[in-house]
Amino acid sequence: MKERLLALAVGLATLAVVVLGWKLYVEHFDVSKFVLPPPEDVAQAFGELVTDDRTWEGARITTIEIVAGFLLASVVGVVVGTLLAEVPLLDRALTPYVIALQVLPKVAIIPLLIVWFGFGLSSKIVIAATFACFPILVGTRAGIRAVDPGHHDLLAVLRARRWQRVGFVHLPAALPSILTGMEVGIVLATIGTIVAEYLTANEGLGYLAYQYYNLLQVDTLFAAVALLSLLGFLLHGAVRLLRRLVVPWHASVDVGASTL
Amino acid sequence: MLSLTGVEKRFGRRHDEVQALAPVDLVIDDDEIVALVGPSGCGKTTLLRILAGLTEPSAGTVHIDGHPLWEGGVVQRDAAREVALVFQEANLLPWLSVEANVAFPLRLRGVRRAERLARARELCAVTGIAGFERRRPSQLSIGMRQRAAIARGLIESPGVLLLDEPFAALDAILREAMNLELQRVWMERPTTCVVVTHSITEAVFLADRVVTLTPRPGRVAGITRVPFERPRPLEIEHTQKFQDLVLEVRSLLGGTA
Repeated sequence: MKERLLALAVGLATLAVVVLGWKLYVEHFDVSKFVLPPPEDVAQAFGELVTDDRTWEGARITTIEIVAGFLLASVVGVVVGTLLAEVPLLDRALTPYVIALQVLPKVAIIPLLIVWFGFGLSSKIVIAATFACFPILVGTRAGIRAVDPGHHDLLAVLRARRWQRVGFVHLPAALPSILTGMEVGIVLATIGTIVAEYLTANEGLGYLAYQYYNLLQVDTLFAAVALLSLLGFLLHGAVRLLRRLVVPWHASVDVGASTL
Repeated sequence: MLSLTGVEKRFGRRHDEVQALAPVDLVIDDDEIVALVGPSGCGKTTLLRILAGLTEPSAGTVHIDGHPLWEGGVVQRDAAREVALVFQEANLLPWLSVEANVAFPLRLRGVRRAERLARARELCAVTGIAGFERRRPSQLSIGMRQRAAIARGLIESPGVLLLDEPFAALDAILREAMNLELQRVWMERPTTCVVVTHSITEAVFLADRVVTLTPRPGRVAGITRVPFERPRPLEIEHTQKFQDLVLEVRSLLGGTA
């Protein structure tokens, strides 16, 4: 408890130093408000932003896009990752493509996905899913491959059927690794959604941020970015919480292994 | 009855083949406890894995109550279900409670949850881990985990219980206690047991017959009959007769152990 308080204090002190440095820099060098607004302007803009209904409507849309995309990615990632881990032939045949898709800069295919899925919600969901899918897929595949050889022996002695092996042992054993993939995935889904909204959208928090950029309301843009990062932080926290609920038996819960 | 006829095992391909197990013939009676001892690498674990249906023998046959265990390189499901194996490491599933681990084999057979957990609790009581049913394996000591593994091995009332150095990870004092416990469990639930161990004392204490294997390729060097009545107290290890039997097994092992 004492350590936690100390960590909190150090964290807050760091924030205070950064804000103070920011303020001194802006004052001392007389920086233009269009380049770097002083912290109090950003704070005021933040206050206005969170009292604006359009902000919450935008946040709602963006959250739906991120979460829906993330869920889609989780389903696809776990299913494909399981297939690759369980069927050696598929693994050999498809893993080169999976790696090729993984190294492809996803930002580059955003325009393509927008052409295919339109300007609305569905294209953002698909883009978020594209970003989030690979770490979840890789986490699932790695988790299943790391199943304890002793557990394989146990299943063999008990003559477990294929679906029982996967459902009762392989997937539960892989859960910590899947959740690690999900922790990365939710962050990537957030990034993908915001980039997509910057590029082309008519609603969402990213879209609003881009509007403020166009209007050169740099202080509000700053505030919007802070809000976006807060949203990402909360979503990541939700997945971390999920780990506590789903794999309380695993050491990673106590360690609080961060993947960022 | 468990019978092995000419069971042998070779590993590797033709040019660098290793003979792990020379032809082994052995008949084990119902409710008999047989201990397998032998120097490291003599193939005793391989033999146990063949009996468990995990490793295919290169030649020979294994029959359980007259039914072949292996046929055309395939394990026969019905015969194999008569066999349970307790591993050196307990191999419990860390995300399940102790009772769910013990009940796991029944879950695979589609037994209803309430029924299988009731059976599991009954066996937890038999193996002396009552009160720990809801704990996770990581919350148990190594000895407790091994008890849970034995309970899981017994839950399907197997015709044959195989134990692969079940107490090797335990310290000497706990090991003696677990040997007594195993004897107690066996007296409560008699079943055919094959125990692989590298402790001659443990082998003589537990078994009706001690089968000594030679160095690789393992073949039966000799069979020592242990005539003591059960329950056997730990003090029996200090009697002259016990010491003679230990010496007999040791001489069968030669200078290799």
